[in-house]
Formats: sequence, C-alpha cells, structure tokens
Amino acid sequence: MTDMRAAEPVKAPGAQLAGAGISGRRILAAKAEGRAALVGYLPVGYPDVDTSLDAMRALCRPGDGPGVDMVEIGLPYSDPILDGPVIQRAGTTALKRGVRTRDVLRAVEAVAEAGATPLCMTYWNLVDRYGVDAFARDFAQAGGAGLITPDLTPDEAEEWMVASEEHGLDRIFLVSPSSTEERIIATARACRGWVYATAVMGVTGARQRTSSQAPQLVARLRELAPDTLVGVGLGVSNGAQAAEVGSFADAVIVGSALIKPMLAAEDAGTPADLSGLRAVVADLAAGVRSA
Amino acid sequence: MNEPTTLPDKGGHYGIFGGQYVPEALNAALTQLDREFDLAMADPAFVAELNRLRVEYSGRPTPITELPRLSALAGNARIVVKREDLNHTGSHKINNVLGQALLSKRMGKSRVIAETGAGQHGVATATAAALLGLECRVYMGKVDTDRQALNVARMQLLGAEVIAVESGSATLKDSMNEAMRDWVASVDDTHYLIGTVAGPHPFPRMVKEFQRVISTEARAQLLERYGELPYAVAACVGGGSNAMGMFADFIDDPEVKLYGFEAEGDGIPTGRHAASITGGSIGVLHGMRTYVLQDEDGQTVESHSISAGLDYPGVGPEHAWLAASGRGTYEPVTDAEAMEAFKLITQTEGIMPAIESAHGIAGAIRLGRRLAEEQPDLSPLICVCLSGRGDKDVASALKWFDLDGTPDETVGGF
Repeated sequence: MTDMRAAEPVKAPGAQLAGAGISGRRILAAKAEGRAALVGYLPVGYPDVDTSLDAMRALCRPGDGPGVDMVEIGLPYSDPILDGPVIQRAGTTALKRGVRTRDVLRAVEAVAEAGATPLCMTYWNLVDRYGVDAFARDFAQAGGAGLITPDLTPDEAEEWMVASEEHGLDRIFLVSPSSTEERIIATARACRGWVYATAVMGVTGARQRTSSQAPQLVARLRELAPDTLVGVGLGVSNGAQAAEVGSFADAVIVGSALIKPMLAAEDAGTPADLSGLRAVVADLAAGVRSA
Repeated sequence: MNEPTTLPDKGGHYGIFGGQYVPEALNAALTQLDREFDLAMADPAFVAELNRLRVEYSGRPTPITELPRLSALAGNARIVVKREDLNHTGSHKINNVLGQALLSKRMGKSRVIAETGAGQHGVATATAAALLGLECRVYMGKVDTDRQALNVARMQLLGAEVIAVESGSATLKDSMNEAMRDWVASVDDTHYLIGTVAGPHPFPRMVKEFQRVISTEARAQLLERYGELPYAVAACVGGGSNAMGMFADFIDDPEVKLYGFEAEGDGIPTGRHAASITGGSIGVLHGMRTYVLQDEDGQTVESHSISAGLDYPGVGPEHAWLAASGRGTYEPVTDAEAMEAFKLITQTEGIMPAIESAHGIAGAIRLGRRLAEEQPDLSPLICVCLSGRGDKDVASALKWFDLDGTPDETVGGF
C-alpha cells in the first residue's frame, strides 16, 4: 500500500511540470491565458450512447464561442455512493438502456477529436472488473488522459499506480475539507495531473451558493503542496460561480448543472435537444474568462 | 480467551479482501472510528456499560438449547442452537447496535443513521437510539418498506425517521448507498451504524467484536454442558454478522469446523440467488473488496432470497477470506430447503426461527445427514446460531405454505 503517513511538503523545483501530466499541461495552457480551466462532466450513455457523444462534442464546442478544456466522462455505475440525484438519474437511465464499460472508449475518441482533453470518472469496481492494466492500456490507446477515482484513494491504489505509470495516464485523486494535512500531502504526491478538491462535504449536485470551505481547502493545498494544480468541484452551477471558483482554483469542475438541461430535454420529449446544454456551457466558459 | 488473530492488517485487509474503498471525505471519520473503537474497548468503563446493557437490557447470556427431535432427522448429529432469538428486539442485531450506539455517544455524535433490509437492524438501531437519546434516521429500500410496513411502523413508534429509497433496485444495497451519501454530508455530528460485518474498514472488524459475545458464551456453555468443543459451528450468511459472531472465538480452534450457509434463492443456476461466495466473483462494493454478485462489466446484480435479511449481493470480507483460505466452508441453501427447515424446527421443537436462521438449520440438517453417510461412527455436535425469531416472517410463511389464517374448523354458533 502507498504510505499515507509520509508527511513532507512537496516542494521540489520543477515538480509542477514533471507531475503535470497530460491534463495538467492543459490547465497550464489555460493559466497562460490568465484563466482557470473548465472541466465538464457528462455520463456516457445518457440519454443513449450516440447522443451522449454528441453532448460531449457540444461541451467542447457549444457554438461559436469556447467550451470546456477537458471532459470528465462519467462511467455509469449501479452503486454510485458519491453522486446526488441528478447524476444518479442519468446514470441509472444509461444503464437501463444498456451502456457498457467499453463505450467509454468511443467517448474518449469523440472528445479527443473535438479538441478537449478526455478524462474518465469511474467507481473502482468497473476498472477492477475490466482489469486495471487492460483498462489503462485501452483507455490510453483511445487517447484518454487519465482517471478521476471517487472511491479509490492512494491507500488502495497500488495496482493503479503501476498501470498508470506503464501507460502514461494521469491519476486524479480527491481531497476533501476533512482531509488531514498528512493525507493532503500524500494524496497530492500520488496524483499526476492535478488534485480534485471536493468543495463541500456531500454528494454531487448543483448548489445555490458555492462553498466557503472551497477557498480554505485550496489554500491548504497550496500551502502543503505548493506545486500542485487544483481543480474544484461539487456544487458549481453557473458562470458567476465558475468565475468565483476560477479566481482561486486552477480548474473549475461542473457536472450536475450540465446534466439538468439534458434531463429537462428528455422530460420534454426531446432527448436529443442539446440547446439547453449549449447555453449552460457557453455561460460557464464565459464565466472562467471573466475572472 | 483465544490468542487474537493477526487479521485484519492496519488498513483492514484480510488477505486480498476488505480494505477501504471510499470517498476521501469519509477517511477522517473512519480513522476516528477505528481509533475510538480501540480506545473504548480498552476502557473498563465502556466495557462495563456495554456488559450491563447486554445483561439488564438485552437479556444476555442467551442459552444454548439441544434439539433432540430435530436432530433425529439429521443423521447421527446432535444439533444445539445458540438462542440469539431470545434477545430483546428478537435477534442478534442488538449486540452490535448497543456497542455502536454507545460508541456514537462516546464520540460525541448525537445522530445515528442506518440501512436496513427487512427492518430488523433498523428496529434494533431505533431501539438503541431511543434508549440512549440519539437522533435516528433509517434508510430502507422502497420495495422493503412496502413489504415490511409493520417494521416501518415499529421504527416510527420508537421515534426514528424512516426514509424509503427508490434509487437503483430500491432494496438493501441501495439503502446502504443512500446512508453513505447521507454520511458524506453529515459526518461531523453523525455516526453511520452499519448493521453487518461489511463495508469499509473498520466496520467488519468492529461489528465482529461486538458480535463476538455469541461465540464467547456458546464456547463456554458447550464446554460446560458437553465437556468438549463442537464438531462444527454453523450460521446463515448474508452480510455475515451472526455467523462472524458465532465463528469468532472458534476460528483459532482448528478442530472446530466453521460452516456458513448462504441464501441460494431459487437456485444458483437460475441466477436468482444471494450466494455471493458460492455464486459470485471478487470485486469492490460498499467500500470493501469481497465476493460480489456482478455482471461482466462489474455492475452489481440484484440478489434474490425469500429472506430479506440475507438478500444482499455482497458478503463481509473476513468471510471471503475464511472461504478463500479454506478455514471456513460456505454452502448454499435454497428458499425451499430453508422453508422446509423452518417448518421442521417449528413443529418438532416449538421454536419458530427467522427465515434467515432457518437457512442455518437447513444446512446443519444436511450436514448431519451427509456425515452419517460419510462417517457413520461419528455423532457430531453441531452448534447453530439461531440468529432471530420468526414473528416477523409469519406473513412470508403463510404465503409459502399456502395458508390464509382461516381456522381449521368452526364449532358452536347455534
């Protein structure tokens, strides 16, 4: 197991570039433009696989203006313990309609073709079942940058550390407001790409106001692991909030707020209508550029 | 007391099983729980209070009862049952709940949440919450609240809030997901009181220790009455808490065989079962690596059993380890076998078991018959954990045996 007790701050010069990986370099490119990167989450397979790929393309290019820098492709899972009702509904529907793990590879290709960086957010059993090395191999071959693992911490990640090294993939682990200093340092050290800071103690879902815990958590990360890039997620729902989060984080992560218009389109009997999604993305993309 | 076993390791691993596959947000709470549990068990005041409640409130020690008329149907075996059905609230669940509720108070957490299938663990949790003045919320699958309305009402009468869970398959596993989601957001003032030896470390270890009292008592009672250790101890296995309690003090007695009986539902070939060890494969579910019922992609498959308490698509990681290491033997028992045993023990001994426990009885009868053929000179003493009483299952039994509650005959009324 990875030793989570190692507690020395990460301060090696050049660590930023060495640990930036594929997705970190994308964040650095956004920073060079003087803004935070925008990361959009959508589950593959909702409302069906083909339309979900169209939706991911729409994330990358919502219209004439810019879209997201990275797509966090969600793999629907039967027991998603960190997801709120919006993502649950989309994921459960996708599973009922027959989405498979291997469909993520098509999504990766679609996102890469559209010019954004493809990441995958997945509960660990799906990767475990596919075979950790086989999944890493196929995912990398399709053009994927790395994995975000909500129920895998570095403590249990030995096999994933090896496979991600072998296939050159980024590892994005989560830190939370309740994480100890030792764990923040060790988690940042285990990551490659960036660190996912969960802004609130709670499941995914858009919230009226962003969390006051988020700036504090990012400040702790900057202090304890100064060369680490930080993305903030859980609760961001509009351009104004994206601007606010983008003012202190390196990347802004949005999920439920993107899925809501897709659920609304399905409820209105027009599941392939992505106009609501495009509008939200355009607002968010403008938001991170206004900070 | 036996030598303590060396498992789990510090991370909660039993060989390749167990561990802690949870969101980072829960790590601090699990670390605190692990530490506080050890401190509490080393604190004579905590142990004394737990023992006092076991004796004065729950009615421990529970007796062991030999079943001669049932044993006559089980080859040369002498079947003895450990009477967990005689506990307050009617099952072994109270052993764990009292321990964790006291621990919640000790940690300064004023609210407990729990998942429940049939409602037994929910009722036990609501009971302990009432006793200790804790706020209590119970998550229960919508399918289960519909078929166990009486237990929903019992929990409400005890002052608990009952939340029906409609997500996923709307059964026990989904109520566990929902309780985890609650906990991620409420961990500062809330303890998640898991009802079985499953979930992330330290729950499997902690719940085992709170259930250990079953085998500590049974071992002493058997030695005193029979002057020997049993040939085997046996129990039904869903998540596996009563079985782990029954096994705990015998694990280091190599001559005592450990038998776990899983719910085979309609039969493993039908795919409609809850036998995770016999019919599942290794995966990660609810924070632990263990045997799981899952499809080719790793999506959890819905389990099926006539017994709501065994209707779970995973199993505690130490059971997975006992099975993989060969120390324990796990065999499936179908709905039909369990209900036959339910009828046999009720009508030969006047003990109506929970349908869960009837799986253990069915397995013991089968074991006794098999041993009579294989080793006719042996008269094995088999101690089965009778984990709960059958009152809650009368409606299921009526349906199974095609009874409708009408009298056999009417007299008078001239």
